[in-house]
Amino acid sequence: MTTRWFGARVQRKEDDRLLRGHGRFTDDIEGGALESVLVRSPYAHARIRSIDVSAARDVPGVAAVYIAADLPFGSTDLPILIPHPNLTHGRTQRCLASEVVRYAGEAVAFVVAESRAVAEDAAELVEVDYEPLPVVITPEASARAERLVHDDVPGNVAAEMKQEVGEVDAALAAAPRRKSLRLRFERGAAAPMECRAVWARWSSDDKKLTVYDSTQSPTSIRGGLAVLFGLPESSVEVIAPDVGGGFGPKIMLFYPDELLVPFAAMQLGRPVKWTEDRQEHFTAVNQERGQVHEVEVGFDDEGKLLALSDEFIHDAGAYTPYGIILPIITAAQIPGPYRVPNYRVRFRDLYTNATPTSPYRGAGRPHACFVMERTLDAIAAELGLDRVEVRRRNLIQPDQFPYEVGVAWQDGNTVIYDSGDYPALLEKAVALLGPRPEGDHVGMGIGVYVEGTGVGPYEGAHVQVLVSGKVVAATGIPSQGQSHATVWAQVVADELGVDVADVEVTSGDTRRFPWGVGTFASRGAVTAGNAMGVAARLVADKARRIAAEHLEADAADMELVDGQVRVKGSPGRGMPLAAVSVLANPVRYAFGGGTEAATQFTARPRPGPPLADGEQPGLEATGYYSPPGSTWASGCHAAYVRVDPKTFRLEILKYVVVHDCGRVINPMVVEGQIEGGVAQGIGGAFYERLAYDDEGQLRNASFMEFLMPYATEIPSIEIDHIETPSPLNPLGVKGAGEAGVIPVGAVIGSAVEEALGVPITEMPLSPLRLYELTEARS
Amino acid sequence: MRVNGTSYPAPIDARRLLSDHLRHDLGLTGTHVGCEHGVCGCCTVLFDGAPARSCLMLAVQAEGHDVTTIEGLARDGGPLHPVQRAFHECHGLQCGFCTPGFVMSVVGLLKQNPSPSPDEIDEGISGNLCRCTGYASIRRAVARAAELSNQ
Repeated sequence: MTTRWFGARVQRKEDDRLLRGHGRFTDDIEGGALESVLVRSPYAHARIRSIDVSAARDVPGVAAVYIAADLPFGSTDLPILIPHPNLTHGRTQRCLASEVVRYAGEAVAFVVAESRAVAEDAAELVEVDYEPLPVVITPEASARAERLVHDDVPGNVAAEMKQEVGEVDAALAAAPRRKSLRLRFERGAAAPMECRAVWARWSSDDKKLTVYDSTQSPTSIRGGLAVLFGLPESSVEVIAPDVGGGFGPKIMLFYPDELLVPFAAMQLGRPVKWTEDRQEHFTAVNQERGQVHEVEVGFDDEGKLLALSDEFIHDAGAYTPYGIILPIITAAQIPGPYRVPNYRVRFRDLYTNATPTSPYRGAGRPHACFVMERTLDAIAAELGLDRVEVRRRNLIQPDQFPYEVGVAWQDGNTVIYDSGDYPALLEKAVALLGPRPEGDHVGMGIGVYVEGTGVGPYEGAHVQVLVSGKVVAATGIPSQGQSHATVWAQVVADELGVDVADVEVTSGDTRRFPWGVGTFASRGAVTAGNAMGVAARLVADKARRIAAEHLEADAADMELVDGQVRVKGSPGRGMPLAAVSVLANPVRYAFGGGTEAATQFTARPRPGPPLADGEQPGLEATGYYSPPGSTWASGCHAAYVRVDPKTFRLEILKYVVVHDCGRVINPMVVEGQIEGGVAQGIGGAFYERLAYDDEGQLRNASFMEFLMPYATEIPSIEIDHIETPSPLNPLGVKGAGEAGVIPVGAVIGSAVEEALGVPITEMPLSPLRLYELTEARS
Repeated sequence: MRVNGTSYPAPIDARRLLSDHLRHDLGLTGTHVGCEHGVCGCCTVLFDGAPARSCLMLAVQAEGHDVTTIEGLARDGGPLHPVQRAFHECHGLQCGFCTPGFVMSVVGLLKQNPSPSPDEIDEGISGNLCRCTGYASIRRAVARAAELSNQ
């Protein structure tokens, strides 16, 4: 191969149209669609006495107003997406609530009208008579169980799970030193810049339902809609066009609108669209991260971990559509890159009258990392040891892989780290961080983390060489900015020996590739990336076979280089890939594009049927990749911060990241993912807070008061990589999407603690909270 | 109202926001709506040459004024504007949703200050939110755009 695309800083293929304003986001699609609005509960917990929609239905321009009773699926609970034996009291909401609402923002009615303005006006006229009920808003209050979120869920406990590796009580009892910590992490919001949107059209002529959805999982939405409407899957097409950021919560299925918009389009015989506004996004879209941990750690005088026990409660929110994946991930990830010879973790998943939770970038890991890193800092403080040194003494060593942690993982396997070099991460980060800056109120923070990535079950890809020699490729998982169109093209271009410019990738369109799972959990590069590699290799093999036949050579001697399929060592003996594509499809009728070369009176290389036995027409193939287990990425972040002792303004003086995601397809893209993740982590550590009051009202549901950082708050960071290839997949890659965010809370917490000399046991922080902590100390 | 150099009739609906008018009446969907309360900057356009939030303005207020949207920077598939080119070169966008607003803000910034310092760059883009990039690549893109514009 003359050029290797894998590993190169290839500039993005998706940029041009996005930069010209020619992107296509769901709300950009018009098509004469009716517009719609959801009526949502203003109460966090209330019984619905009655709903009167008559005035709303009478508004001129209103096409329909739906409540639960109007829906054939109105009394069906939405699915528990990931059932688990320990989820003994799983509860999901209905598409539209008709009896009880359990969080402010829960949908009650759906209004469809000629315009958004008319729909909004009519929605104001929907009269819902609520009887307010007592509200449970924090996980601690839920644990006290003085009030219930669901009448039939005793103690508010959705699930409970306990795991133990080794003998924790004995090891704690025998440990020379012990320490207890209580650590608290609050809810956060992903807040992608594009709110959610759905557009649907039912074609009664073709019996076809077409849905555009700003989802992270169009293939699953398609499967669900086919079941719901009793259609064959081939009659439902779901497209995630350009999606303006996802970060996790866009993979819920189903949000009510994802059912109501297609339903209304089928009922009304016209396209229908719904676009969320920012205020409703704050309460209608899933959140995450609320947990409270009680840690007990045993260690020796050298700072070596002997035993760790963690009991934590997880704030599920009002329902458990996503099962118990989040606390399972937290439980699995607490030990992180460290040897914990005896480990016990028990969690309870508790209902609250707040928006349901599902993964948000990091998904259970930032809290797990915060727990472990704060614990190590506490050990260092107790022993008067350097924080880096305590970590050095506990890290898993490079010769210990595969390393079995022994607790359950989110894919049904147990946690086994496949590869890594954690000491190298730590030493590089310390070197990169350099000397401490001068001045008072400066603190250093450091955190090492692992991340289980590339979770199954599988993804697939289709790759085809057109008769023009151009290549088209498709996979089921959509992009929300992860640069799929570029990085998959790099993988395919290498296998086929073509220029990356000649490979067009479509992702997230079930018309092009109907199978697959979705974009989440840092899995795209591992699952879809390897599937692209598998499919492209199958195409390359086929090209070798066909070209070898026509050139009377051995397929094993053929190579694909510069758009040619040629005999190795004889560059003159070859043919263009375009010509091979023509020959791959024997035709009776030449239709242009050079296809006359594949008609019946042109010379055939061999006797027998035109299409060789077992061969399919076309230079194309479909490939799948199903991982045997997760592959574990890792990294180390370190920072110097300064906190103003009067205003408690946080200044990040230096922030460094050393990252290992195995073999890197495109360093520019990976660095972008890390920079974005760190920024999201800084937002979640110091600026963003979901301010729920005792009544379950989110008091800051706007960007005026939910302080997402601007450029003025986010430093430029320094990044270095190490590469320990994954032995589990052909490309040797590991996921990179979430890594940037995971240790940020731990690093900022550690640095602020040192800068101010107050104990930091919670996230997020803020100037006000630091003032309170400082006052409490004095 | 002139949009990207073309005159359009006045909007029919008096309560139509300029952002909605551009997107849904004129089909210029490159202008995005991220918050509708003037914080995120996704809807930034040039209003008589200066960056403005099109979600905080009624369409009728734009009568008799010049509006430039992202679609007006590199017309008819022509070469990218230096700011657009710099965002591409520096990986200044991921999902691309905030991008048109950033690009329009930066066009306005560089018009006012052709060689901004790092602090002036931060200040200049601090009216726009991005959730993907962490701003580092956008900072690099602004510096690169200044370089390209000054060539």
